Amino acid sequence: MTKMKNPYLPEMATIQEIIQETHNIKTFRVTLNNEQSMKNFSFEPGQVGQLSVFGVGESTFVINSSPTRMDYLQFSVMAAGEVTQRLHTMQVGDEIGVRAPLGNWFPYEKMKGKDIVIVGGGIGMAPLRTLLLYMIDNRDDYGKITVIYGARTPQDLTYSYEFEEWRAAKDLNLVLTVDNEAPGWEHKVGLIPNVLLEESPSPDNTVAITCGPPIMIKFTLEALKKLGFEDENIYTTLEKRMKCGIGLCGRCNIGTSYVCVDGPVYSFAKLKTLPNEL
Amino acid sequence: MAKYLKKDDLGSWLKELGETYKVIAPVEEGDAVVFRRLTDERTLRIDRQATQGPKGVLFPACEELVSFKYVKDPENPEKTKVEVKETVEAEPTLIFGARPCDARGFDVFDGAFTKCAVKDNYYMARREQAIVVSLACTKTETTCFCNWVGGSPDGTGGSDVLLTPVTGGYLVEAVTDKGEALMGGKLLSDADDARQAEAKKLLQEAKDSLREAPDFDCMPEQLYALFDNMDFWEKQSAKCISCGACTYLCPTCHCFNITDEQQGKEGSRIRSWDNCMSHMFTNEASGHNPRPTKAYRLKNRVGHKFCYFPDMHDGHIACVGCGRCIKSCPVALDIREVVTAAKECRLPEEETSDD
Repeated sequence: MTKMKNPYLPEMATIQEIIQETHNIKTFRVTLNNEQSMKNFSFEPGQVGQLSVFGVGESTFVINSSPTRMDYLQFSVMAAGEVTQRLHTMQVGDEIGVRAPLGNWFPYEKMKGKDIVIVGGGIGMAPLRTLLLYMIDNRDDYGKITVIYGARTPQDLTYSYEFEEWRAAKDLNLVLTVDNEAPGWEHKVGLIPNVLLEESPSPDNTVAITCGPPIMIKFTLEALKKLGFEDENIYTTLEKRMKCGIGLCGRCNIGTSYVCVDGPVYSFAKLKTLPNEL
Repeated sequence: MAKYLKKDDLGSWLKELGETYKVIAPVEEGDAVVFRRLTDERTLRIDRQATQGPKGVLFPACEELVSFKYVKDPENPEKTKVEVKETVEAEPTLIFGARPCDARGFDVFDGAFTKCAVKDNYYMARREQAIVVSLACTKTETTCFCNWVGGSPDGTGGSDVLLTPVTGGYLVEAVTDKGEALMGGKLLSDADDARQAEAKKLLQEAKDSLREAPDFDCMPEQLYALFDNMDFWEKQSAKCISCGACTYLCPTCHCFNITDEQQGKEGSRIRSWDNCMSHMFTNEASGHNPRPTKAYRLKNRVGHKFCYFPDMHDGHIACVGCGRCIKSCPVALDIREVVTAAKECRLPEEETSDD
């Protein structure tokens, strides 16, 4: 029998730290139990992984730490289905399975030398955080960075404990917004696409990356088009129900493109060539 | 060189092969004919198409991918560790009595599971150890349409050996080197010209009995063009009750689910056949479903077979024309009619240009 790598076999990992981000989002920092595996682990910003709770199942999450900071792998998990709800009951020291990295990544090489506009909504900030930290750690490779990050309420903003670090980066403008006025809120109030239009970043030599709920992506895309961004300079990262994570189980395809292998990162130019099935 | 096997010697030949291989063949099970391990107690049935093809031999309806066990850490009784083990099992297996359409299903599986970025090690382990001895069709049924999708009653794709029924026995021909290894047994004699001519005649008659094949080369383009025409898909799927019989009986359907089962401290991660016609197949935890109705799901099923798979695999259609989905559909939905309607559907652009 041919002995080959088993793509379905998870690596065992241990939860090192848990951060309660919002009322229904927790961030898990994990390390692979096998020291050599952890040392050799490499991934690109935007790639995803399957987390296993044995006895419950697997679910897909973006690795939202940066490959420039390899002390742990970080995953942010919104309690929604069976696996995510069980993950939310887990404690530091508990073991989970990890199959990663899977999928493609943000074209961070192609983005070098350009200005960057990041537009995130809610938990959609998770994959963007990876890219943001990567660019902060390679700050001289990129131009001006604008981050527009919104959520329903101030309490729904993830990674708020890191905002100071983001702001401290050279030439980085962090714009926060919530849907409605809230006590003590000193930032923008309004829907993300409107705030984006207000900020009005120039499309010249600029790449925009957006992630969030489908309705937000739809209107953000319209706003970016209004600002003059070309489809090939706008990227997003998609979500689908996934099982295998290696392009075989048949549920995450958009036509011939399997989101788990050919995605999750797509330019809008590429998405336009695929059947309309998001 | 073609060989000849006497009908009366078939049982002995399979018994002989059973010493080297686990022999799986179509046998009676109630009213159905299904592929099971051939034993003395089971009755071989090769006079009709099996109710279900042999796909489960290489891609089981249900299989354990990994097993896991929660164990207390003796050093630290507060802590529970998880022991995980992979289960990749395969043994030399001979699939006997697959029809050329069934064997071509393995060709599709080979494309899906082995000609891709990450290969399926479970399928590959079984495929490497398997030898496929197919039986050509000298009779066809009204639901047969292998000739529409690139197959033939004597097609050899996916087979290692092909048997053709002739008077008193079978013409036996090796298709691959793997199959050549089976040509040496004492029970096989050299086939004379008369037998070869008879086989040729019978197969030609079988081919002639099939309905004329439409040209499906245009299907990918046509199906992409019909993607947003939901009226078309709603009409085509109106009868469908989303039962999934078509997917489970299809020799090329290979979508699967992965689920965990646990009893006490131990459990298994199981892979099982899944059904793309079910609402749950693509339903996301948020409640969003990219294929929210059966019209979207039928579109994807037909699209995968006649558009996406061909686009990804050198034009090969992922349908082998066995007709089982037609025979077994409780509401008589006929994939031939759906694809023909799609082929003949006038596209909105053309209608506009006619105005």
